[in-house]
Amino acid sequence: MSSDHTPTADGTETQSTQEARLGEGADDRFNSTLREAFGSTPFILTKFDKFMNWVRGSSMFMLQFGIACCSIEMMHTYAVKHDLDRFGAGVPRASPRQADVIIVPGTIVSKFAPRMKRVYDQMPEPKFVVSMGSCTISGGPFQEGYNVIKGAEEVIPVDIHVPGCPPRPEALVYGVAKLQERIANGESAPVTVKPYELEQFGDLEQDELVDKLADDIDEEDLVMRYNWSDSP
Amino acid sequence: MSLEEPESDILATEEQVGVSEGEVDYDELAALLGDTVIDRERHVNAEGFVVRPDEVQDALFALRNEAGFDHCSCVTAQEYDDRYESIYHLKKYDDPTQEVSVVVPTSKDDPVSQSAEPVYRTADWHEREAYDLVGIDYEGHPDMRRILLPETWQGHPLSQDFSGEEPQVVTLREHANPLQEDHRGQDDTDTMFLNIGPHHPATHGVLHIETVLDGEQVADLDPDIGYLHRCEEQMCQQGTYRHQIMPYPDRWDYISAGILNEWAYARAAEDLADIEVPEYAQVVRTMSAELCRIASHMLAVSTFALDIYGDFTALFMYGIRDREAVQNILEDLTGQRLMFNYLRLGGVAWDLPEPREEFFEKIRDFVDELPERLAEYHDMMTSNEILQMRTVDTGVLPPEEAKSYGATGPVARGSGIDYDLRRDDPYGYYDQLDWDVVTEDGCDNFARLLVRLREVEESARIIEQCVDLLEDWPEDEREIQSNVPRTLRPDPDTEIYRAVEGAKGELGIYMRSDGTDKPARFKIRSPCFSNLQTLPVMSEGEYIPDMIASLGSLDIVLGEVDR
Repeated sequence: MSSDHTPTADGTETQSTQEARLGEGADDRFNSTLREAFGSTPFILTKFDKFMNWVRGSSMFMLQFGIACCSIEMMHTYAVKHDLDRFGAGVPRASPRQADVIIVPGTIVSKFAPRMKRVYDQMPEPKFVVSMGSCTISGGPFQEGYNVIKGAEEVIPVDIHVPGCPPRPEALVYGVAKLQERIANGESAPVTVKPYELEQFGDLEQDELVDKLADDIDEEDLVMRYNWSDSP
Repeated sequence: MSLEEPESDILATEEQVGVSEGEVDYDELAALLGDTVIDRERHVNAEGFVVRPDEVQDALFALRNEAGFDHCSCVTAQEYDDRYESIYHLKKYDDPTQEVSVVVPTSKDDPVSQSAEPVYRTADWHEREAYDLVGIDYEGHPDMRRILLPETWQGHPLSQDFSGEEPQVVTLREHANPLQEDHRGQDDTDTMFLNIGPHHPATHGVLHIETVLDGEQVADLDPDIGYLHRCEEQMCQQGTYRHQIMPYPDRWDYISAGILNEWAYARAAEDLADIEVPEYAQVVRTMSAELCRIASHMLAVSTFALDIYGDFTALFMYGIRDREAVQNILEDLTGQRLMFNYLRLGGVAWDLPEPREEFFEKIRDFVDELPERLAEYHDMMTSNEILQMRTVDTGVLPPEEAKSYGATGPVARGSGIDYDLRRDDPYGYYDQLDWDVVTEDGCDNFARLLVRLREVEESARIIEQCVDLLEDWPEDEREIQSNVPRTLRPDPDTEIYRAVEGAKGELGIYMRSDGTDKPARFKIRSPCFSNLQTLPVMSEGEYIPDMIASLGSLDIVLGEVDR
């Protein structure tokens, strides 16, 4: 049913709802500041990749993932006062299937590392890792512990390291902002080569190195290397 | 102290075996144990009876049933050059200053000792840990397997012949799913198996619970810990007494309870090396420790709201807001938000920040606003019908069970056990101040929540009195540290077990000195480790969400459970 353009008794035409809402000078509505900025055409030309990177960086879903002391500071970063949500990276997701950033907040020990690997594997691509605190960089104060993994990079690749024991919430906010910047610039997670592996892989080109490392992974039976006398 | 001790009169009239004039009479205890005692040792905190490894239960039963030692506080295992040794540190819930140790040596080539599990249920996990880390086998233990390290681990890391050089391989295959593949029972379709954690928001960290369900109800559950076992005891054994150990206690119970934990080490080490602490430093310690307790309880309460009805928006944020206020004060005092490293042996690191008036005003502002904020919590939590329906009469922990599992802290006090080391085994400045021990008789999740909220009020009372004292303290008597030698070398073979009231309960340290500047054995008695053992009792027959509520009301922190 349409009441558009139905002549009334006095012969004038009624307006459609749309016309009535637009009012006089309908064009003004589209004359936004954006249009002013981009000139006469309301289109932005960009590469799709670039657009996607911008989107990814601006709306990040963090995984709700607490390990140790740093997770307390991470909670403070999410909550009042520091409020990570201001940076478009706010509400933690409880399921790895919904998340694209994992903050690793704490010491990783031999029993937990396979589990963390599993959670990381469950996240959809593209995914990013922020390692929080000294423990995820080198083992931190527990480096000499018989059970402690010397850094998150023994298990999963890391994009941003935030040092500190624990880092202040401001430091984590800075780390996340840096990650957003990298994502927006299209820099993806690097393939990390441990210093003690340089001898083995040092002469390979970057592409070959990625292939070589990928071949080494048996997806059915992920074995975590944990050999602390060899570790840096 | 206006603390009445209702049972003390009764105790005084009918004295127990082995007690004379309020002190433990070790000769009488030795007579009670008779031939089971083969030797006697003297530790700094108590005397120890050396018992043959096949007569452990006889000795412990006698001490528990006839002499009233109903609290097995800790089990320490260690390896000497010529023997293995397990020490059972026993106390009384009525008077924790009455202590006795039972020392059980076993031979090097066959380290088998009788299990204490039939006497004290808490010995279950303690002995599993002793097996895991030191390698002593306990005969008659119901479930002797590793507890902290992965099943595939080779060797016992705190034993003398352990080599850290050998690689340990942990495969995902062996740790993929510890329960049955299809999560269902073989013939009975009502039986289901469910993994909760180790990565799950409700487990407060990295705890894994293997649950067996009968329909919707919990039939059995087995907390699987060790996902944050970061070798705290090894770290402390590698550090020197004077400075290198103190940073680590901050990281046991990391929910802002740092100074409470540091105090546990400081108290044990000061008693071991016979160090005096100036009165002024004790007041500063008391004040900062209670600030930590408030911060810790705030997080417990707010995450409990998160567990019960997913209240991420209001109560959780309120809790964090109040924690930020406490952390600001502590940051002014210590320079750190979370890992304070503020206590030193013989005092504290430095004096209060200048200008002092401003600092005191900041604390007073916080304490003055606290009643209003607590009223907010009571409005939204304790008088909230939904929360009451979820928490009243769920997760019931009867006092006898709590004692048998060695539960302490708010968990014990929520079950009506009047036990608080700040009053019963006084240290610091607590015995000079006016405050009360909070207990609730509900034994359920609601009671434990109430205890925490009311303890915040008591902590605020203590802080106020400390600020009053510090304000009037004469300027030339502000002694923050006593004179402590740069290197501490306590006499060889002195042993001590000392505990303080941490945020979660009794936090104890066992140390043995071998004459060097590092402890030969450093054992941490964590309150959460014992409290978590009560979870199966609390949640049997309950629904999964009630089990989660019980877990939240236990307020465990995995850094302290696993150490």
